[in-house]
Amino acid sequence: MNDSTVIAALRDVRKQYGAVTAVDNLDLEVHAGQILALLGPNGAGKTTSINLLLGLARPTHGSARLFGYMPNDLRARRRIGAMLQSSVLESRVRVGECIAHYAGYYAHPMPVGQALELAGIGDLARRPVTKLSGGQKQRLMFALALCGNPPLLFLDEPTAGMDVEARRALWTALRTLAAEGRTIVLTTHYLEEADALADRIVVMNHGRLIADGSPAEIKSRAALKRIRCVTQLSLDAVAALPGVQSVQADGPRLDIAVASPEQVLRELLRQDLELADLEVTGARLEDAFVELTRNEEKAA
Amino acid sequence: MNVKAQDTAADVLGERDWRRRDTLGVYWREAAYQFLVLLRMPGFALPTLLFPAMFYLFFGVLFNRGHGAYFLATYGTFGIMGPALFGFGVGVAMEREHGILALKRVFPLPPLAYFSSKLVMSALFAAMIVTILSIMAAALGGVTIPAASWLSLAGVLIVGTIPFCALGLVIGLSINGQAAAAVVNLIYLPMSFLSGLWIPIQMMPHFLQQFALALPAYHLGQISLAVIGHGDGSSMTVHVGYLIMFSILCLAIAARCWRRIQDR
Repeated sequence: MNDSTVIAALRDVRKQYGAVTAVDNLDLEVHAGQILALLGPNGAGKTTSINLLLGLARPTHGSARLFGYMPNDLRARRRIGAMLQSSVLESRVRVGECIAHYAGYYAHPMPVGQALELAGIGDLARRPVTKLSGGQKQRLMFALALCGNPPLLFLDEPTAGMDVEARRALWTALRTLAAEGRTIVLTTHYLEEADALADRIVVMNHGRLIADGSPAEIKSRAALKRIRCVTQLSLDAVAALPGVQSVQADGPRLDIAVASPEQVLRELLRQDLELADLEVTGARLEDAFVELTRNEEKAA
Repeated sequence: MNVKAQDTAADVLGERDWRRRDTLGVYWREAAYQFLVLLRMPGFALPTLLFPAMFYLFFGVLFNRGHGAYFLATYGTFGIMGPALFGFGVGVAMEREHGILALKRVFPLPPLAYFSSKLVMSALFAAMIVTILSIMAAALGGVTIPAASWLSLAGVLIVGTIPFCALGLVIGLSINGQAAAAVVNLIYLPMSFLSGLWIPIQMMPHFLQQFALALPAYHLGQISLAVIGHGDGSSMTVHVGYLIMFSILCLAIAARCWRRIQDR
């Protein structure tokens, strides 16, 4: 990919909080036009990475850049919008007034009505912020992130605390924003969310980047297929077969994660002539994710 | 990847057409918004305006007839400390805790615009408090002060918020949420009393009078009294000098706290 399209970057970054290393050895380039999902369990370093890119945290080692500037440079900040996990708006200011105010920081903001509509709170413009439900507050934070009409959006767990319907609506809004050529960086626990939205997924665990690619690549890099079958063989015997990554009992069936199913299948069928209910599927992102983080732990 | 489209987007949305006028606009908008937020927050607006008015009514007008002018200066000083200490001390602490400060740091808002909007609010509330107390003094206390002296008093009390804003800022940046409110109350009320703002300092034991010299509220009180002709003849240079040094000290500590927050 062309270097000139890199609009945000962490280079060789380590971030330490006292004795705790939140992020280590991290290189991350965000290219214009991408929807990039940072995926990982709690404590993986996703929020720290976002905070480093936003200038809310300073790297212990390495550098962070936004549009070539230091992240806390106003010239960089005029081109980004962000939704933070930790913000709690508590004031009697009305939703519309609040958005109009934050939009006023930017040179060419979005009309307030448009931001409200995209966030799905078009009918709440006159409601005081204190009277919003948790999910509505979350959508207000989303409206604040995009109200400045910025080309780059950072969303830290944007759908946390939303019901299914609100989550789907936000996905639609994100796709609309991306179709307009905006770049979006989001963090999520929801594997389904990363798969549904992102064209690039960066998997993090223990503060390190452990995989980086398209959703399809992430799945293939984990190189996983699932074999499900009912067999006379014991769980331990199956686990000992060459090429088997992991085995779980699932009712009467075994659920076997493998790199290449052909070899394992041949062996299974040879050893158990009564093998039944055979099923081979590609791994869901969830499996890939578990596998990736597991491999990482093994290596560590 | 369409490089050209990105460049164009950056031009349109970025620096090219950002003018100084826009920056001034951001300062103005921030202050106007702060005012709206505070006005809709009865927990702030009511006590900061009502407490000094009530105190002055009881102790300056009703129970101490004939001393309305003296107490206008001291309760005025007491009054203007409130919005400065609470606005900065509790306001910044709460906004820090609620992640609003982080949000403002991410949005294209110069940090100075955030802090100066709070300073403007303290000055605005100070002006309101001086106005309210002055109306009470004239209407209920029969106080007459030459217009020039009154203007001086108003000016002293408005500019005099600065050291207390600076002190509040140190508290707001270093102590969290509710604890900041407790600390502000622990400083505000005892310091007001010990500085002779509720009862004249001369009525206190000698060692307390000596102790008052260390308190910024005492020095602002003395300046306020002096401009309306109730000074005790002490050196204005000392009072003003003390307040300037105190403000600089607090701002230096606050700057360190701010850097620590940014380095997180």
